[in-house]
Amino acid sequence: MSIHDLNPTDKKDTRSGFGDALHELGKEDERVVALCADLTGSLKMNAFANEFPDRFFQTGIAEANMMGMAAGLTIGDKIPFTGTFANFSTGRVYDQIRQSIAYSQKNVKICASHAGLTLGEDGATHQILEDIGLMRMLPNMTVINPCDYNQTFAATKAIKDHEGPVYLRFGRPSWPIFASKTSFEIGKAWKINDGKDVTIIATGHMVWYAVLAAKELEKLGITVDLLNMHTIKPIDEEAILTSVAKTGCVVTAEEHNRFGGLGEAVAQVTTANMPVPQEFVAVNDSFGESGKPTDLLKKYGLDVSDIVKAAKKAVERK
Amino acid sequence: MAEIDFLTKRSSQVRRDIVKMVHSCSSGHPGGSLGCADFFVALYGEMMHYDPQNFNMDGTGEDLFFLSNGHISPVWYSSLARSGYFPIKELATFRQIDSRLQGHPTTAEHLPGIRMASGSLGQGLSVAIGAALSKRLNNDDHIVYTLHGDGELQEGQIWEAAMYAPHHKVDNLIATIDYNMRQIDGDVDDVLSLGNLKAKWEAFGWEVLESNGNNMAELVATLKKAKGLTGNGKPIVIIMTTEMGQGVDFMMGSHKWHGVAPNDEQLAQALSQLAETEGDY
Repeated sequence: MSIHDLNPTDKKDTRSGFGDALHELGKEDERVVALCADLTGSLKMNAFANEFPDRFFQTGIAEANMMGMAAGLTIGDKIPFTGTFANFSTGRVYDQIRQSIAYSQKNVKICASHAGLTLGEDGATHQILEDIGLMRMLPNMTVINPCDYNQTFAATKAIKDHEGPVYLRFGRPSWPIFASKTSFEIGKAWKINDGKDVTIIATGHMVWYAVLAAKELEKLGITVDLLNMHTIKPIDEEAILTSVAKTGCVVTAEEHNRFGGLGEAVAQVTTANMPVPQEFVAVNDSFGESGKPTDLLKKYGLDVSDIVKAAKKAVERK
Repeated sequence: MAEIDFLTKRSSQVRRDIVKMVHSCSSGHPGGSLGCADFFVALYGEMMHYDPQNFNMDGTGEDLFFLSNGHISPVWYSSLARSGYFPIKELATFRQIDSRLQGHPTTAEHLPGIRMASGSLGQGLSVAIGAALSKRLNNDDHIVYTLHGDGELQEGQIWEAAMYAPHHKVDNLIATIDYNMRQIDGDVDDVLSLGNLKAKWEAFGWEVLESNGNNMAELVATLKKAKGLTGNGKPIVIIMTTEMGQGVDFMMGSHKWHGVAPNDEQLAQALSQLAETEGDY
């Protein structure tokens, strides 16, 4: 497997990967229940809702109640999947998640769509860029941010069998499909490409941009060790350390504030074990704005060219 | 009635436990705990079906209870211990380091009887609705009970949950409100009035009952009436009038014993007013 094997022709939104997998889970396991706060269509939960009306709970625009109900549903061996936008899945209900789900060790799957800048035209009120940080800080919480439709499908399936609270982050835009739909292991990074000059660790939509950046860098004579870090907590320390031992520098890329996200999670691993220069491709502590997803990624420093630039800088700093 | 006599005696013992617990760690919330002692004793001594020797998280085939106003943990811990969930002597560890009896209830220490952490207010009704729906899916016809402070009703999440339960006919649910009309900063009517509480719950679509929460016979009768009303398509709420600090004269009639522990002298004075009926821990 290398970046040259990845030439996707199909595109789909990651939220559809969630919706399609949830529908399958409904057929496979009667314990699976779903809750949604008036965004069934946006979260692609209609198939589940229509086929399993007894196991689907429409809570209305009341996310705090939804999180509490999800926690309560686990008592009696249900596996609740909550669905709403990432903003309303985290910041709006942080204390409910903290006390009733994370501290209470409840087996709730918090499934969050429309994360990050690529939500697009709705603008900053809905474009949460702090959610990974919020969820990472909670003890007992697993945090996953898959890269495409297939990986979101596989991750949704995988978290059903994981005992404990999970935050699953995905998004709105149609995005190239290049990952496996079947092989997914929580906490185990996907090694996309072998290289020796720089490690690039990316999560979510930014993984595809990292693939494109790696192809450009290769043309410039810089080979990239590329990791898809879909699980941000618990993070795959072994994959990070093995890679930076070889390359001696790292670039992280995420659709999130530079504070609290993947970059900090990686830095925590390297600084404690094997300090190396690191460049952060992330939003520079600001809110977003309205616009087309790819235009926004460009404006906020998350374009393919930004990853290329960061990689060159990381290599120079070695 | 022998049953009411037994429950009343147990209430006295639970009240002794409460003042001893908060005294020994010089912290905790005696006021609301004392006010709700009769309710807890009625619930665990008369109403609920449960299996303390085989506690498990799912509680299938059992009635469930969720304490939403977690700060009155002393009354819950005493009631659980006196109902056989864990050794009565463990009450002595309340709020001490390495204890299962945390300041606010938690599942993290695996104390039998507790299924949800509470302390941050307003969350218990939502949790109870979820648990009640889980029972419905499992064809388990047992009941889910909750308790809330009246001040806690100022939290918005309560009303999200209050709107949900009638709309979805969650009728295996009995919520209870400790209507002592006091909160930390003073009288509820001064801090943020609840207005016509009965009318509010009725407007949300609940079956509303009222009871004196410190009269054991009336309370048990009301709880039995509430149980008889389950399964009729509506959730039930009991507005239970209590006296904060009930049973200890100098703690009654004010909000100031909400979260203050008695000193040695005050403990002795309190214990002299509460009969030891089942043996102190």
